[in-house]
Amino acid sequence: MDSFLIATGVAICLLLLLTLHRTIHGPTAIDRIMAVNVIGTKTTILLVIIGSIYHRVDMFVDIALAYALLNFIVTVAASRYFHHSKNLTSRGYGYRFKGGDD
Amino acid sequence: MDIVVILLTVAGLLFFFATTVGLLRFPDFYSRMHAAGKGDTLSSLLMLLALALYNFHEANLANLLVAIKILLIVVFIFMASPTATHAITDAAFESGVKPWTKEPEEKS
Repeated sequence: MDSFLIATGVAICLLLLLTLHRTIHGPTAIDRIMAVNVIGTKTTILLVIIGSIYHRVDMFVDIALAYALLNFIVTVAASRYFHHSKNLTSRGYGYRFKGGDD
Repeated sequence: MDIVVILLTVAGLLFFFATTVGLLRFPDFYSRMHAAGKGDTLSSLLMLLALALYNFHEANLANLLVAIKILLIVVFIFMASPTATHAITDAAFESGVKPWTKEPEEKS
């Protein structure tokens, strides 16, 4: 059963690497927030899986609960920060100094 | 008991795989949010239920406390994840992200 849990954790990590592609190449900032929210939720599950592998779930489940709370607060705060923002798409490094049409 | 744990975990992995494919392949922001909001919540529910069953293998007080704490995480995710999804989608809508349409959009 331990090897099954390790395989589940590795599968979640590989799928999270695919989600990280959306975080890096997301067209808008809101896409990145969404992908970070997915990664944080799955990190909560990974913490419980790690606790089950090491037989210390009583310690790791508290860390997972705190991580879930922090993930929710981070997502809501970041989405409030981009509320009514008109420049969601990134324009590359140093766009402030080139002058543009905005 | 192990059969139920394995079935729930594999179902959760399947839903998470669907979430990842939808997150990578869908054409615009709103459909990606649709895939991420629902698949993420459901796969979290299934995998955390499987882990709560796995940790409640023998009935004593410590295992019961751990299982109740994992179910507390499930309840919190079921309240927090749709709220976060709504907050992100509201921010995108107020910022003027255009939905994807099949016809080319006329100039307005």
